[in-house]
Amino acid sequence: MWTFFHKLASPPHFYRLAAILIPWLAIPGLLLIAYGTYNGLFVAPEDYQQGDAFRIIYVHVPTAYLSMMAYMFMAVGGGIGLIWRMKLAHAVGAAVAPLGAAFTFLALLTGSIWGRPMWGTWWEWGDPRLTSQLILLFLYFGYMALRSAIDDTAKADKASAVLALVGVVNVVIVHYSVEWWSSLHQGQTLLKKGGPAMDPAMLYPLLAMILGFTLLFGALLARRVRTEVLFRERRSRWVRELVLAPIGGR
Amino acid sequence: MTAKLSAKGLTLIRGERCLFEDLEFALSPGELLLLEGGNGSGKTSLLRAIGGLLSPESGEVLWNGVPVQQQRQEFRGALVWLAHKTGLKGDLTLLENLNFETSLRPQADVDTVSVYERLGISRLKSLPLRSLSAGQQRRVALARLLLADVPLWMMDEPFTNLDRDGRKLVMELTAEHLENGGLCVMAAHQDVDIAAPVKRIVLQ
Amino acid sequence: MISDKPSQPGIFRGLYATTRRDLLLAWKRPGDILNPLFFFAMVCTLFPLAVGPSPEQLIFFGPGVLWVAALLATLLSLNTLFLSDHEDGSLEQLLLSAQPLPVLALGKTLAHWLISGLPLVIISPLLAMTYHLSATVVEVLMLTLFLGTICLSLLGSIGAALTVGLHRGTALLSLLILPLAMPVLLLGANTVSLAADNDPYATGIWALGAYAVAALSLAPYATAAALRISNE
Repeated sequence: MWTFFHKLASPPHFYRLAAILIPWLAIPGLLLIAYGTYNGLFVAPEDYQQGDAFRIIYVHVPTAYLSMMAYMFMAVGGGIGLIWRMKLAHAVGAAVAPLGAAFTFLALLTGSIWGRPMWGTWWEWGDPRLTSQLILLFLYFGYMALRSAIDDTAKADKASAVLALVGVVNVVIVHYSVEWWSSLHQGQTLLKKGGPAMDPAMLYPLLAMILGFTLLFGALLARRVRTEVLFRERRSRWVRELVLAPIGGR
Repeated sequence: MTAKLSAKGLTLIRGERCLFEDLEFALSPGELLLLEGGNGSGKTSLLRAIGGLLSPESGEVLWNGVPVQQQRQEFRGALVWLAHKTGLKGDLTLLENLNFETSLRPQADVDTVSVYERLGISRLKSLPLRSLSAGQQRRVALARLLLADVPLWMMDEPFTNLDRDGRKLVMELTAEHLENGGLCVMAAHQDVDIAAPVKRIVLQ
Repeated sequence: MISDKPSQPGIFRGLYATTRRDLLLAWKRPGDILNPLFFFAMVCTLFPLAVGPSPEQLIFFGPGVLWVAALLATLLSLNTLFLSDHEDGSLEQLLLSAQPLPVLALGKTLAHWLISGLPLVIISPLLAMTYHLSATVVEVLMLTLFLGTICLSLLGSIGAALTVGLHRGTALLSLLILPLAMPVLLLGANTVSLAADNDPYATGIWALGAYAVAALSLAPYATAAALRISNE
């Protein structure tokens, strides 16, 4: 177990492993997304209240969930990097932040588009989820700004790891405080907890989309970490050998 | 005598540059470790790495034979640090500054008046430090060494801004400290003439 | 002269000495205390000028405006928290002292709160009066600001420690701290609004209190870690 862990942590090994892993994540991911898109848009029945407008959940829910997942990756990566001084974990943090920000932005965008027919406005402060997502986006911006403000990579890694750990505690507080706040103002929420059970024809495409987006996220992340590792190790022997090796050699 | 302060396999990379690799030393009580080298050779970085301000790429520093990482607080309590910047507040007087320092580390049972006398700063006690010259401020910073009851002195370019008497004084004080069984790590680009066993690390 | 077992100064001594030194420094430069206060007062003046003097509107917006102004004023005073220590080398002395760094960081944060947070709490009733807030609401405002500024000072100390020694630190500090501070603002301002509407507001006070206690016990460690990283 530990040897596996250490092997995984070694940059050249991860670099090779990720190359093998990416198609195994990306292809099933894309297939699931294709299945989910078709079934979600054409097969699933209309929602009895929201009509066709509800169909945006097939993008909104996966992106919203992954935006939080990415923050978790950032914080856990930062924690591992700080405690066990594992460089790969810091590289994951650096790679996942823009990805997480992009997913957060997509979640906000789809939420806003969804809100248009539901509320009649593009933005509704009363929705706790959208508001927490907006704060999450700002947290990502802060993280990326701190990273880019520090020239020394090792220092940037550690400083941003501390910020991500402080932020992850805060994400929980943001969630509950925003929920409390919107309950004061009779907030309207798009997704109600404990509503009537979903029709399987609606539910299965959603599950497929969530899984598909997760796999795609994994593939994108692996690709980004690979690039990040390559850049960070640009002075090392294995990268030089890799670059100088004849074309086609991995 | 066993080594009180030692290091093994110390490697430090700053940015793209490897400052030193696989560096080793062992220092016993009464010995001076002199870090030499030109500007930008990494003297200060090495000193900071020994003191624990910088974490080295690999290797470790040992205090009493135990890695410093396992006893950070004890190690910090055993050293006094005199850096390039004096670490004193310009708005506060000498006494206010040094009073604050007493809460930071164990204090020696010495007569403060004689310490001020010796450093030639007794007349300056109630002036805010910003009204003193750079050399006088440096002398005030030296008081930190004499008032502390710690074995390890760590000094970065202690002769900066000091006149000839001041430089002689630093060497005398260091020699006395070493004679009493203390240790000293000093980064200096000038010649140092201290009557004590000296070990040297020359950085390129 | 070198004893085998030197007596280490206690941590309360370290806490007290750091706080005392920073208060002394502030006393010698009163601008550091007064500038954020003036800023607070001025932001609170801007608002009625912008939206008009109607008392109903001012009562409605007052709690939020006072809270946002307090948040910004605290933020303004934060970037100096570790800056001068970094510049004159005394931060290195703190990092290499026998005292645990979280204790010293807490001491400095405590001093920061006494210098910038507490005065805001004290002058807030004056400004609240100009917004026609009633006596009970002012009490709640003071209580939430009291707890809230503690939270903000502690959170801010983490940000200040992360950005110390960086260029363009002030803008970056705001970017880091504002999203972290949003729950505090949200809890504080809405609690006061609830009190203004004669609704039960205890939940907000308890939540702010819990936040303050959690921040008090966790933030000094994060600040200490950040200070060590920033000084590498």
